[in-house]
Amino acid sequence: MEFAIKASGFSAIFFVFAIFFFVFSTASEFIFEKMDFVEFLTSPEWYPTSLSNKRYGTLALLAGTVSVTGLAMLIAVPLGLGSALFISEFTSGVVKEGLKITIELLAAIPSVVWGFIGLAVMNPLIIEVFDAPIGLNVLNGGIILGLMSVPIMTTIAEDALKAVPDSYREASLALGATRWQTAHKVLFPAARSGLLAAVLLGVGRAIGETMAVLMATGHAVQIPGSPLDSVRTLTATIAAELGETAAGSDHYQALFAVGVLLFLLTFGVNLAADLIVRGRSAR
Amino acid sequence: MMPIIPGKPRYLLCAALIVLAACSSSNSDRTVLQNKGSDTLVNVAQAWAENYSRVKPDVAVVVSGGGSGTGIAALINGKVDIANASREMKSEEHESMKKNGLKAAVQHTVARDAIVVFVHKNNPAAQLSIQQLACVYGEGGQCSTWTDLGIEVPGCAKQEIIRISRQSNSGTYVFFREALLGKTGDFKLGSRDMQGSKDVVDLVTHTPCAIGFSGMGYGNEKLKSVCVAANDGEACVTPTAETAASGAYPLARGLYMYTIGEAKGAAKDYLDWILSPAGQAIVAQSGFVPVN
Repeated sequence: MEFAIKASGFSAIFFVFAIFFFVFSTASEFIFEKMDFVEFLTSPEWYPTSLSNKRYGTLALLAGTVSVTGLAMLIAVPLGLGSALFISEFTSGVVKEGLKITIELLAAIPSVVWGFIGLAVMNPLIIEVFDAPIGLNVLNGGIILGLMSVPIMTTIAEDALKAVPDSYREASLALGATRWQTAHKVLFPAARSGLLAAVLLGVGRAIGETMAVLMATGHAVQIPGSPLDSVRTLTATIAAELGETAAGSDHYQALFAVGVLLFLLTFGVNLAADLIVRGRSAR
Repeated sequence: MMPIIPGKPRYLLCAALIVLAACSSSNSDRTVLQNKGSDTLVNVAQAWAENYSRVKPDVAVVVSGGGSGTGIAALINGKVDIANASREMKSEEHESMKKNGLKAAVQHTVARDAIVVFVHKNNPAAQLSIQQLACVYGEGGQCSTWTDLGIEVPGCAKQEIIRISRQSNSGTYVFFREALLGKTGDFKLGSRDMQGSKDVVDLVTHTPCAIGFSGMGYGNEKLKSVCVAANDGEACVTPTAETAASGAYPLARGLYMYTIGEAKGAAKDYLDWILSPAGQAIVAQSGFVPVN
């Protein structure tokens, strides 16, 4: 029994390294021998199936991922932290438990269902409200992705607020501060690193999401000039194109190179979140 | 690679015994044909497979889509018996087969099709030429608004042309690109690349600014199919069964099935049946054009 638990603990490390090794080794031939680094990172032209002039630039895909994730955070951070604050400080009893369960239910909605909502509900709505030529765009993907990142943010932020000792609250209230002043001036600074970790984990969730953004963003390779432009993300490109490519071809390896880029991006965000949490507990 | 066809006596014996267990053991001996590829062909391929299971109950045809490129890649990797494609195999794909030590792929034309160009039903565009389509879709093309084409679309914000295309492994995409821009041309970036013909049709139906394309089997009365002229100033041709079969329609094409070497055994029987009147009747029902 002890062994089994130990093995399952270490298996996570094994799987992470196995996956990274597989992705990186498949991409390595392309990265080291065929890839033009400057083109890969700075050209917006993604033409993997051109017959005359193949181009593997990921800038537009990167811009797609960043713009959709950025907008998602504009929506998710106030909503997620706000609901965490409300649950933790301003309510109790049945309402508190009910809210927590409902928010966890929100996390259980499959991403393809979110994508379907983007396609069937948000698309006509955005066309109507913004008089846009098409409703599958950064705005649509950002809203969908924002709502998807709220649960993880709320859950972690609420834990962070709960971890602030009650003596802080009591001291603040005893000095005559209102509950809002207490939250604003005492609790937020005290739980700062936990809240930041919640936000960064939400970002990591948003960057890695595939199915919903594939359906909601319009899947168009271009650098967006406004939230009403369609974009394509790194994840959606891999999902849409990998099935087609002959194993071992340049296009196949290029998609794995995109995977490495994505891995580094999410790894960076998660590492940052981790270091912040560690920094807090060490203090 | 192809499973061995079970002997007939054994099948009869099984039927005679009417013992469930015995039957299920013979089920595992059923010949299975793996068939994969073009999303354009996937509906008709499924209809063929279903009907063929009544003609030959001992042969099961497993059909999946994913795009012509997917099907051909699977054929090259030896994973399927028959690949469906809405474009011809590329020379590099033929070479990959040779590299994998397989016999040369053999092409069977199983139906004919026309790529239909769709616009929203409120779009007044009556006809478009191949040059105009190239200007809209091609890299370097300057046509970005409907006004550039001399058309005003009611309900379309800024008259911007919303180009709907397909993911790049689609045979429809490759054929359309070549028909418009030749072998060396590329599409402009920024088209909305959908995962299947059905998505293209849905999106064009709901988007006044849109233009899209798919095989003729996917058209319906909720959108408008455009009359296409081979050259500016020439008379345009509407996509119908007749114009697709005769080749008068500029975007007519064949739909193909590929086998590794000449088809043998169960695969040959299946292809023969597809080309028979019974198989071709299904082609017509699915909205495509029978061969011959």
